[in-house]
Amino acid sequence: MRSDAPRAPWGLKLAAGAGLVFMIAPLLLIFVYAFTTEERTYQWPPPGFTLQWFGVTWGRTDVWQALTLSVQVATISTAIALVLGTLCAAAVSGSKFFGREVISLLVILPIALPGIITGIALRSAFGMTDIPFSFWTIVVGHATFCVVTVYNNAVARFRRTSGSLIEASMDLGADQFQTFRYVILPNIGTALLAGGMLAFALSFDEVIVTTFTAGQQQTLPLWMLEELVRPRQRPVTNVVAVVVVLVTTIPILLAFYLTRDGDQIAGSGK
Amino acid sequence: MTTAVSLKAITRRFGEVLALDAIDLDIAEGEFFAMLGPSGSGKTTCLRVIAGFEQPSSGELSIFGQRAEGVPPYKRNVNTVFQDYALFPHLNVIDNVAYSLMLRKVPVAERYSQAEAVLDMVKLAGYGMRRPGQLSGGQRQRVALARALVNQPKVLLLDEPLGALDLKLREQMQEELKSLQKRLGITFIFVTHDQGEAMSMADRIAVFNLGKIMQVGTPEEIYLKPASRFVADFVGSSNVLPPDFVARTTGKASWASLRPEAITVTAGAGQPDLTGTVVARNYLGATTRITVDLGGQRLHAVLPSGAGVPLEGSVVTVDFDPSALHRMDDTP
Repeated sequence: MRSDAPRAPWGLKLAAGAGLVFMIAPLLLIFVYAFTTEERTYQWPPPGFTLQWFGVTWGRTDVWQALTLSVQVATISTAIALVLGTLCAAAVSGSKFFGREVISLLVILPIALPGIITGIALRSAFGMTDIPFSFWTIVVGHATFCVVTVYNNAVARFRRTSGSLIEASMDLGADQFQTFRYVILPNIGTALLAGGMLAFALSFDEVIVTTFTAGQQQTLPLWMLEELVRPRQRPVTNVVAVVVVLVTTIPILLAFYLTRDGDQIAGSGK
Repeated sequence: MTTAVSLKAITRRFGEVLALDAIDLDIAEGEFFAMLGPSGSGKTTCLRVIAGFEQPSSGELSIFGQRAEGVPPYKRNVNTVFQDYALFPHLNVIDNVAYSLMLRKVPVAERYSQAEAVLDMVKLAGYGMRRPGQLSGGQRQRVALARALVNQPKVLLLDEPLGALDLKLREQMQEELKSLQKRLGITFIFVTHDQGEAMSMADRIAVFNLGKIMQVGTPEEIYLKPASRFVADFVGSSNVLPPDFVARTTGKASWASLRPEAITVTAGAGQPDLTGTVVARNYLGATTRITVDLGGQRLHAVLPSGAGVPLEGSVVTVDFDPSALHRMDDTP
């Protein structure tokens, strides 16, 4: 099969390679600086390598607080998104009603709009209604765009799931709850997992909406932003960045593989 | 004989549309019953009302003497074979078949032995571990049948069960369904738009049009004595004759149907009203079907194949016994 494919000219290969290097090299720099012995400036080449920053980072309570807050926010917004996104997808794909396309568009809007618009809009709405900025305002802000990823994944799967499956289940003696548990959930499960993981990753590194909806709280990305302007123990930021890269990449890769398998199962059923 | 399913003045509205218009129907226990009609005639809605997927807007529905309006599908002892089979793609064949047993909390070992027995009955023994996606259309159809039968329903509903199969497989499944129904003694109600299928399989047929039942009867009654022009037209093979033609040939005006095999054909011109030209000649094996044009009125006649069949373009005189004419009402 490989021999059938036309060979790319070496110029194209070089250009593609250069493009990849351009994208990946800065990421590698972050990894390198996590081990540098110089703590005030980003000096190249690093004067020496050390593992001490991992220990220092471990001992810093502000890192732990920011990390805990980010995980909490991401978990709760993802949970909200899973419930709302699934219900919305079920409604849009399961029935025809006036304004269905409009609702579909409105649900997707928060991710299409620049984050800064969502941020300002939420901030002025919270301000107008005298809602104090808190953990929950961040969660609500994140949920607006987390719903989208869950909705998009779920709606695609619902469209492929034939409506007669639900009727077949009820015909065979399952009530609504049993039908949801034994037929609907297994059929949309991987889509929800994938959507949920994407939602989690999005929420975890969100900066703009968070800036507008947070009070005194600092999520991990906000903490990093502030750390960059303060020239003290700089490599700590890099250590945290390495952790964030790992924490966000793994679920995205998992989501990618899960939906890929899901497509194969759904496709072979037709 | 016990009545399995009884509909009294069942009406179903979808907004302005009257999908079922005061349907009265009694289906006996153990009957192989066909609901025949063009698309949009209400036959599928009628089946879905019996299954419980649709609730009647008004009227009475009884299943084995028990009123069933408002009873959800999962509380009816009625199972359905869906047109698209609706097999659960995430379960393998044996779990699909055992689904209703699982819901009824039948112990695992018994669940699978029962499911295996039903799979054996539909000639799919050993296919239990496969996924629905790995089966052919005919095999999926059998799984759908097994899944609906494992519950031992009192009534089995089949929605266009053979529509997606090719001709050869369809004929084979027709025979299998028929013998399965005889063996199990379950009431089968099936929906089809194929009059040949309804004729060859059913004990009785209800012909639907525009949300109403035009006629209920045995295949023979429907064929020999269609109640209306619509039934004669839809069931197909008979000649449907307009009142003026019937008046000219027999003296009394009314719509009538005339079976092609009741017509005799002789070469040459005779009585002017019954003289015409052969415009088509279709060889069917043992018989040949010819179409005779009698000054605008076309008649089909079925003759034994052989040298006696007139050629296309030849002038012939048709004749039939007036008692073979079946008069019917004018409902289009």
